[in-house]
Amino acid sequence: MFDHDDSFYQVIRRQGVSRRSFLKFCSLTAASLGLGPMVASKMAYALETKPRIPVIWLHGLECTCCSESFIRSAHPLVKDVVLSMISLDYDDTIMAAAGYQAEEILEETKARYKGRYILAVEGNSPLGNDGMYCFPGGVPFVEKLKSMAADAQAVIAWGSCASNGCIQAAKPNPTQAVPIHKVITDKPIIKVPGCPPIAEVMTGVLTYMLTFERLPELDSQRRPKMFYSQRIHDKCYRRPHFDAGQYVEHWDDEGARKGYCLYKMGCKGPTTYNACSTVRWNDGVSFPIQSGHGCIGCSEEGFWDRGSFYSRLTDITQFGIEKNADEIGAGAGVVLGAAVAAHAAVSAVKQVSDKKNKKNKDL
Amino acid sequence: MTLNYTSDESARELRSRAIARASIYVFEAPVRLWHWVNALAIVVLMGSGYLIGSPLPSMPGEASAIFTTGIIRFVHFSAGYILTVALLGRLYWAVVGNVHSRQLFRLPLTSLRWWSEVLFELKWYLFLERVPKKYVGHNPLAHLMMVSMFLTTLVFMIGTGFALYSEGAGYDSWQHLLFGWIVTLAGNSERLHLLHHLGLWMMGIFVFLHVYAAIREDIMSRQNLISTIINGERAFKDDEP
Repeated sequence: MFDHDDSFYQVIRRQGVSRRSFLKFCSLTAASLGLGPMVASKMAYALETKPRIPVIWLHGLECTCCSESFIRSAHPLVKDVVLSMISLDYDDTIMAAAGYQAEEILEETKARYKGRYILAVEGNSPLGNDGMYCFPGGVPFVEKLKSMAADAQAVIAWGSCASNGCIQAAKPNPTQAVPIHKVITDKPIIKVPGCPPIAEVMTGVLTYMLTFERLPELDSQRRPKMFYSQRIHDKCYRRPHFDAGQYVEHWDDEGARKGYCLYKMGCKGPTTYNACSTVRWNDGVSFPIQSGHGCIGCSEEGFWDRGSFYSRLTDITQFGIEKNADEIGAGAGVVLGAAVAAHAAVSAVKQVSDKKNKKNKDL
Repeated sequence: MTLNYTSDESARELRSRAIARASIYVFEAPVRLWHWVNALAIVVLMGSGYLIGSPLPSMPGEASAIFTTGIIRFVHFSAGYILTVALLGRLYWAVVGNVHSRQLFRLPLTSLRWWSEVLFELKWYLFLERVPKKYVGHNPLAHLMMVSMFLTTLVFMIGTGFALYSEGAGYDSWQHLLFGWIVTLAGNSERLHLLHHLGLWMMGIFVFLHVYAAIREDIMSRQNLISTIINGERAFKDDEP
């Protein structure tokens, strides 16, 4: 398709993208990464001169929503970026090659770009029954993942499956699916959680790595800080309604029509780190809250196991029955109240009888 | 001198007084001031905290004109700061104050004598002992509860509270620097919210038990309790040892 040593700029010029559009893309990306105007030219220079990063894109247990998000990025240029700025050498879902021909590329990249290529992983690996629940190309996925990670320079965990386990790792997790950092422990891992992650976030992370030849700054959960350092709630356009105390109480009430805060409907915006409220989706058209539904917290660890998407308080299952904190608190309060009332009654009886005894003794 | 806050020591302290029916100055002014500031802050924090978790019915009008949840959160954060500063002041007083000001911060867990008196107090509460012992400070059971239930919950709420605050204050805030590791430890913001919310109920249960025990002991024990936290003087109802 393309020469491996071509730069991103050479590839997109060949595809008919003008230099003007290319520079616009650089400024836009620099701005979305929160970097200054000087960086745009630095980025343009890097994209013009550096050979594209070879990327191997593996698919484990997943639903392909990350790829769907990735290839549907609304900005036309971003689509080109996705398919041409990186040298996507292997992606079994969208590549033309199949069978042995496809699997050969893995070995070839591993040998030719040893220690240089980036391993992008969508989905995760089930460990149950020796990994038999995910078996691409005749080997358990966990083997494929380990062998490809061994010679990679860094690993990108696309989406919530690779980052946190997502639905296949939710209780009771019959296949024993684990996020990739449980399998790969000796390589730098960047997590880009979300179900799926935002396309512009995915390209932003890749662009940063190509421009600066290093990983972006990560938080304690190894997520890039530029997109995951604030919660949905911190930048939500409905935040003024939260501060005012104006909430949707029912899905069909006046507040819902007026676009009030969805806090009482169980919106997970206050506990979810992602860029949805700033970057939004589909070329900035909307995001879940703007469409009238609360955030379900899809980019947070274990979001399937934290109770209803429509309640503020997490269910607590440790007590056998599903209860939330307020029910447990009120329950404990009632039991305690009854106990104290009984105790006070016995105390009163004792006090009176002690006094009587004392009086009798004094007589 | 290491103190175990047992009844023997209280008897010695009582004997050292010249007059019979001694009243002893137990809680110095800063300790009492802290108690009431702390109590007020906790009540405000519990109320405002509950309303943050389960907000009031929606306010009519334009969002630009009202700030209901904003004010409730402001009250919560202010009371949280006051609670924290008060606890720091209380810690300082434990260093410079009298012997009884240190009781809240240390447990004589290795003293068998002290444990046997914890058991004695437990039996007193279960109506298995007829006559209670005398104590100048907290009785051993109260002492145990104060440290294990009250102080622990208080520190837990301050830690998780500031950790939650740091999420809004951002990565370059001092709250993140000092308390950000608690967010990491909790693993997830939602779990941190839940833990902080459970702490509310724990503190509520403590307040309930504390008030009940104070009133009951004030009536049934051999020393006064409630006036002690108002004027600092511990008075005894009899001269028996």
